[in-house]
Amino acid sequence: MDQFLQHIINALSLGSIYALIALGYTMVFGVLQLINFAHGEIYMLGAFAGMYTIRWLRLEQHPGIGSLLIALFAAMAASALAGFIIERLAYRPLRKSPRINLLITAVGVSLFLQYTGQLVFGSDPQFFPVGILELDGYTWTYGELVIEPMQIVALVLSIILMLVLQYIIFKTRLGRAMRAVSFNHDLASLMGIPTNRIISATFMLGSALAGAAGVLVGLIYPKIEPLMGTMPGLKAFVAAVLGGVGNVTGAVLGAFTLGLAEEFLVGYWVSTYRDALAFAILILILLFKPSGLLGVHRAEKV
Amino acid sequence: MTNIESESVVLSVKDASVHYGMVQALRGVSFDVPKGKIVTLVGANGAGKTTMLRAISGLVKVSRGAIQHHGVAISSMQPHEIVRRRICQSPEGRGIFLNLTVEENLDLGAWAAPDKSAYKVNLERGFDMFPRLKERRRQNAGTLSGGEQQMLAIARALMGQPELLLLDEPSLGLAPQIIEKIFEIVQRINREGMTILLVEQNALQALQIAHHGVVLETGSVVLQGPTRELLASDEVRKAYLGE
Ligand SMILES: Nc1ncnc2c1ncn2[C@@H]1O[C@H](COP(=O)(O)OP(=O)(O)O)[C@@H](O)[C@H]1O
Ligand SMILES: [Mg+2]
Repeated sequence: MDQFLQHIINALSLGSIYALIALGYTMVFGVLQLINFAHGEIYMLGAFAGMYTIRWLRLEQHPGIGSLLIALFAAMAASALAGFIIERLAYRPLRKSPRINLLITAVGVSLFLQYTGQLVFGSDPQFFPVGILELDGYTWTYGELVIEPMQIVALVLSIILMLVLQYIIFKTRLGRAMRAVSFNHDLASLMGIPTNRIISATFMLGSALAGAAGVLVGLIYPKIEPLMGTMPGLKAFVAAVLGGVGNVTGAVLGAFTLGLAEEFLVGYWVSTYRDALAFAILILILLFKPSGLLGVHRAEKV
Repeated sequence: MTNIESESVVLSVKDASVHYGMVQALRGVSFDVPKGKIVTLVGANGAGKTTMLRAISGLVKVSRGAIQHHGVAISSMQPHEIVRRRICQSPEGRGIFLNLTVEENLDLGAWAAPDKSAYKVNLERGFDMFPRLKERRRQNAGTLSGGEQQMLAIARALMGQPELLLLDEPSLGLAPQIIEKIFEIVQRINREGMTILLVEQNALQALQIAHHGVVLETGSVVLQGPTRELLASDEVRKAYLGE
C-alpha cells in the first residue's frame, strides 16, 4: 500500500512537470498548427536562467519561498523572451509557407539552441542550487512512504500556475482573443484583434510555463545540462497528443496519465522501458485515436 | 439622389484587381458606397463578391487599384487597423466562433469599438433585435441554428460600432421567413443611419432593399446604378431575376 501511494505521489509530481511543458506545446499548436520542437529547449533555458539568477543574486544565502519565487519568475521571464524571439525570427517569416518548412525550421531551432547551450553553458551537467529552499529536515516518512517536500512544492506550484493559465484563457480578454485566433486567424482579425500580437503572447505564455518547469525539475532532479530538454520535451509532446493536441484541459490530463503510466511501469514491471513507454503510447494514439483522448472536435483549442 | 458625386462617399473602390496565385478573382472593379445608403453587390456563385469584401477588410491584398475610406487608402492596412476605422464585416457562411459562447462572440465584436462605455447599450440593442440571442447568451455558439448563427454574426459586427457594415450573404441557406426578418433588420439599421455594403446571390431581394446595385460577373462589374433602374432593366431581369 505504501509503495502504491509512493508511486502515486511520484507520478503526480512527474505529471505536473510534463503538464507545464505540454501546455506550451498545445497552446502554440492551437494558434499556429505548429509543433514547436524547440519547446524542450525553452524549458532548458528556463532551468539555466533560474540557476544563474540564484547564483548572481546569491539567493542561496536567503533560502525560502520568496527566493524560490524570484528564481521562478526570472526563469519564466527568460523563457517567455526566448519564445517571443523564436517566434518572431524563425516562425513568423514562414507563416504562409508549407507546413513542412515550418516543422523543419522548428527542428533546426531546437538543435541550434542545444548546441549554442553547450557552447555558452558548457556541456557538463551543473548542479542546480537546491539549497534555495531549506527543506533537508522536512522529508516525511510513514513506514516505507517517503515524501520529498520538493515534490510537494513542485506539485503545488504547478497546480497554481495551471489554474492561473486556466483563468487567463477562459476569463480574460487576452484569453478570449487567444481562443478566437486558434479558431480562425482571419475571423479573429475581422474582430479587430491584432492576431500577430496574440500569437506572440501565446508563445510567451506557453514558454513561461516551460521555464517554470525547468526550475521545478532543477529542484527535484538537480542536474541540468543543455540537452536536458530533449526527453521531457518529447514526453510532454506525447502528453499533448494524448490529450488531443490543441486542447488545454487535454494536455494536463494527458500529462498526468503519462506520469502515472511511467511510474507504474517502472515500479511494477520493467524499469528500463520508462522512456520507451511514451513512444509506445504515441504510436498507439496515432494509430487508433489521432484526435487524442479529449479530441472531439476543436474543443476549447488555444 | 442618383448623383453619386454630390453625396459624401464612405468607401471608394477604384479599379481593384485581386489574384489568388494564378487565378484572377477581381478584374478592375470600381464602385462607390455613399454615406447612409445600402449598396448591394450581387452576382452568381464565384463572381468574386466575397473576394471584394475580403479585400476591403484587408484579408487579401489588391494587386492593382485602390480601396479608399474617406479618401484614405486602406488597401495596404492590416485587417485589425481597418476594423479600427469602423469598417466591420459579418463574414460569409456565418463565420462565428463556434468554440465560444454567444456572449463571448459579441464581446469579441466589441474588441476594437471606439466607445467602450457604449458596450452595454449596444449589447442590449443587439438582444433587442435578436431576442433568441439573449436567451442563449451563455450557450456555445456551435449549438445555435443556422438562422441564429447568422443573427449572431450580424449582431457581433454591430458591436464594433461600425460606420460601414459589410454583410456577406446573410440570407445564405436560411428559410424565407428568417431571410425576411434579416432583411428587415438591415433596412432598420440603415434607416438609423448606418451605411451598408450588402453582398447577395439573392439578387431580387437585395436590389429591392438597396439604393444602389453593383452587378459582378466573373470578377468584373457588368452593370451598376440606382436599384430602381437596375430592377427595370431587361438585362438584369433576364440574367439575375430568372425572368
Ligand atoms: N482562397 C482562394 N484560392 C484560390 N481561389 C479562390 C480562393 N477564394 C476564392 N477563389 C476563387 O475566386 C473566385 C471568386 O470567389 P469568391 O470571391 O468566393 O466568389 P463569390 O463570393 O462571388 O461566390 C472563384 O473563382 C473562386 O474559385
Ligand atoms: Mg461568397
